Amino acid sequence: MNPRFQLEIFEGPLDLLLHLIKKDEIDVHDIPIAVVTDQYLAYLDLFEKLNLDTAGEYLVMAATLMQIKSRMLLPPAEGEGDDEEDPRAALVQQLEEYQRFRAAAAELGNRDILARDVFRRAPQAAEDEKELPPLRELELADLVDALREVLKRLPEDQAHEIVGERIAIADRIPFLLERLRGGDVEFASLFPEGASRQEVISTFLALLELVKMRAVRALQTERFGSILLRLAVPCDAEVSLDLMDDSTS
Amino acid sequence: MDPNEDATSTETTIEAEAQERPAAEAHASKRLRSILESLLFSTAEPVPLGKLLAALPGYEKRDVVRALAALGEEYAGDERGFRLQQVAGGYQLRTAPANADFVKALLAQRPVRLTRASLETLAVIAYRQPVTRPEIEAIRGVDVDAVLTTLLERRLVRVLGRKDVVGRPLLYGTTAEFLETFGLKDLASLPTLEELGASADALEEAARAAEVADSAAAGGDASTEGTLEGASPGSRGEPEADG
Repeated sequence: MNPRFQLEIFEGPLDLLLHLIKKDEIDVHDIPIAVVTDQYLAYLDLFEKLNLDTAGEYLVMAATLMQIKSRMLLPPAEGEGDDEEDPRAALVQQLEEYQRFRAAAAELGNRDILARDVFRRAPQAAEDEKELPPLRELELADLVDALREVLKRLPEDQAHEIVGERIAIADRIPFLLERLRGGDVEFASLFPEGASRQEVISTFLALLELVKMRAVRALQTERFGSILLRLAVPCDAEVSLDLMDDSTS
Repeated sequence: MDPNEDATSTETTIEAEAQERPAAEAHASKRLRSILESLLFSTAEPVPLGKLLAALPGYEKRDVVRALAALGEEYAGDERGFRLQQVAGGYQLRTAPANADFVKALLAQRPVRLTRASLETLAVIAYRQPVTRPEIEAIRGVDVDAVLTTLLERRLVRVLGRKDVVGRPLLYGTTAEFLETFGLKDLASLPTLEELGASADALEEAARAAEVADSAAAGGDASTEGTLEGASPGSRGEPEADG
């Protein structure tokens, strides 16, 4: 097949539909649903050929389109006549709403954006960290190095390990937050002697998640010194926790 | 003596005073502009008018506002490299947009890039706040989990509370950083969705063209959906932590 398509990036099924509608200069209020459905499905086909990951939302929209198409083919039910709602009405409303926000997004993108088009004066040296000694902000990679030290301390995997209860990362997050609410915690103290490899890894991944979400900060006074963990913003902690729950459900 | 003579001398005094007063006023307002320039130069964050007034005892609010406007006009000329702008409820000095490339070269930082996913999600939140994740997803027609996390991390969006419905979903809203990032005085200075409708297509095309140009400039690296690339002012020069 000759790939003549210049694939545009679509922000989901609504974006793709609007693209098809605009391409053919179709009136949003009078979409020829059969034509558009065929074109839409052809695009999904193309995505597949190009090995693009087609999110479930695209398939849901495909089903919606086919359902509307079939309803359009049915003769109006007896006695209902003209009062019957156009099967396309809900979709049209959704498209129009999305179109408005797409315009709002474009407008935002065209503004003079800080650190892209305009720059403010650089903030002066950190005002908030006056305590001694000065603490260095660590990166995720530093934490991974620290984990290797912890894993070294662990005994070799037993040959006949019984599969114990799985310790979910989501369960370790409240545990970590609880510990940190009591004050700064030293990294090594999170992994007591005798902790299982599973436990160590779950705790560590939970910690990575919290650091990544900037709910927890990893600090160090000197290179290769002990790592101190500190709650970044107390209220944010709850937020990250909720997001974790959402993403795992 | 002659009453006429007396009247004339009084007149001349008034005239002289009238000539001195504008000169003195001009001096005072120059002085005020100079002070304000120092105040604005010394701060990176937008400074609310109230904070400026507190630092200017003895000055009338009316005069300060006038001096700020005068400074703004003075900077707006082509020959000046910065602008005085009202953002996020305060006054802030920022570089002239036309000089962006030079500043970027000096700071050697990757420019902040906002993906369409980020912008669309921000737009929905900005206009519909407080809004829940399912509500955003209903409008955009896609999952916004990843992009929302990024926006929260970048502090462009925050949690306002929980909606009192089943499941008590989190409610999201924009932050002062959002206003500062987009150079907005307040949320009310966003154009209304109706206003946008008219020029929607033109803008959208422009944005798409800009995005294409952007990704070409970035060496065509396939960027992850919903990421905000580039260094924030706080993490300048650091290698990327992820990506």
